Amino acid sequence: MSLKDLNRSLWVFHVNSGSCNGCDIEIVASLTPRYDIERFGMKLVGTPRHADVLLVTGPVTRDMEKKLKRVFEQTPDPKVVMVIGNCGSTGGVFYESYNLAGPVDQVIPVDVYVTGCPPRPEAIIEGVVKAWTKIEKQGEKK
Amino acid sequence: MNPDKVIEKKDRERKPDEPVKKKRKSNSYSLSIGPIHPALKEPIRFDLQIEGEKVVKVDFELSQVHRGIEWIGTRRNPVQILYLAERICGICNICHSTCFCIAVENIANIEVPARAHYLRTIHAELERIHSHILWAGVAAHELGFDSVMHYTWKIREKVLDVMEALTGNRITKGIMMIGGVRRDINEKQVPMVKEALEYYKKGFGKLESIFLKDPVIKSRTVGTGILSRHDGLALCAVGPTARASGIKKDVRQDEPYAAYSDLDVKAITPKDFLGEVKGDVFDRIVVRLLEVKQSIEIIEECLKQMPKGKILHEEKIPKLLAELRNIEGDGIGRLEAPRGEVIHYVKMVGKEAPYSWKVRAPTYNNLLPWGPMLMGEQVADVPIIAASTDPCMSCTNRAVVADGNSEKILDNEAMRRLSVEKTNALKRRLGR
Repeated sequence: MSLKDLNRSLWVFHVNSGSCNGCDIEIVASLTPRYDIERFGMKLVGTPRHADVLLVTGPVTRDMEKKLKRVFEQTPDPKVVMVIGNCGSTGGVFYESYNLAGPVDQVIPVDVYVTGCPPRPEAIIEGVVKAWTKIEKQGEKK
Repeated sequence: MNPDKVIEKKDRERKPDEPVKKKRKSNSYSLSIGPIHPALKEPIRFDLQIEGEKVVKVDFELSQVHRGIEWIGTRRNPVQILYLAERICGICNICHSTCFCIAVENIANIEVPARAHYLRTIHAELERIHSHILWAGVAAHELGFDSVMHYTWKIREKVLDVMEALTGNRITKGIMMIGGVRRDINEKQVPMVKEALEYYKKGFGKLESIFLKDPVIKSRTVGTGILSRHDGLALCAVGPTARASGIKKDVRQDEPYAAYSDLDVKAITPKDFLGEVKGDVFDRIVVRLLEVKQSIEIIEECLKQMPKGKILHEEKIPKLLAELRNIEGDGIGRLEAPRGEVIHYVKMVGKEAPYSWKVRAPTYNNLLPWGPMLMGEQVADVPIIAASTDPCMSCTNRAVVADGNSEKILDNEAMRRLSVEKTNALKRRLGR
């Protein structure tokens, strides 16, 4: 794989749409020294307007539905949406809840699913690599 | 002691039928933070009224993480609920599943084997180490010390390794079962646990010198976000937040569960270390760091004292479920989670699923103290003060709690009545 269209590091924005914190702490764990994806220049940024990748955790509660859509719209193209965790991918243990607008792919288009409850940091890193390839392909089409 | 004192100053001075004075709009601004904001790890919305840099009114709105867990629980059997209970919060998952186990065991009169009690204690204390170190990292991040955050998260990985070796999972462990625990600790694993504890004893010195001696951290945290002992009692603060205000409240000491009755656990207050209690952010850091030390001692003691024997009341899950299907009555589980006291209430009516399940997580109690803590502080100190109670929104948001009106939150009659009752009970118990 060659990096032509995106010759800079991915910046990541994290949205918690009603998650239990399990995935969120694993995302932070993959940034901190043991797994350390910051060495590739990837970092969590403070606003979706600076981000290339949206990391969405949680099954999307009704309260967060509009907010998630808005964050998605604020992220500039080319962008990739990654869902971290089972409950964002399918509903997981919360599938029958009355307060869910999700899973995430019912609210915004999703590119990469990382399953697990919560997924290990290695899985999250692999997901980011997949996301990167996807952004490259988006660039090639244009 | 009059709980009225904790109500907003403006309201206290106002007579009952006097109309609310309109605020001068010229120098008061409202600042809305969240629900998606880099300083907040979880969705919650703060509405602050500020005058210059000073916070004059605090309001917060929950419900963003409401997933209807209690309702889902009434459609599943108790063993399935264990795994749902773990997903109330990914950080304190052992305490929720254990608390549910204790409540169901109370109803069914299930006797838990002695070894299982010790295993539960070990898992709970490992989780406390993990949670407190994680919090120290978040606190450092809120203060702007990212290198300290990375250091704390690095040493935190060790306890995750231990938990993974003992349970098979890093975060949600799936180790608790009604009537015991699912996996034993074998002889080969004991040296690894001991090695990790030694690692933390060494690492603790560095954490201590960073957090307790660094002049910058000191100047940011000493005297910031003060919660007085009086306010802490009146607003029912729990866990390290209450203990940092000098309230000696700890379920492990007051009403021992699992193996804590065999162990000598004392509630830690900053008085033990600093000689005085201020109730500020610094005191909360001190209490949490001392509790990491305490947890290490508890685990060592458990490994020494642990008796041999069974670890489960009933190994066959279908048989256990058949037993639970016939029970009737209600039970309460109480335990000390890393953030404070957790209560689970379960009512069974002779059916497969419980008739009712209610969870009260510690953050629910520790939300109201935000009022007195944030009042009059600078906007820049809001993140560290809010983080100093170690809030966990996913624990709290099972039921819609607040209605977005600060006056109602702070002036809620029912809440106040409960506070008065609890204050009086505590006063009686403390002999004051």
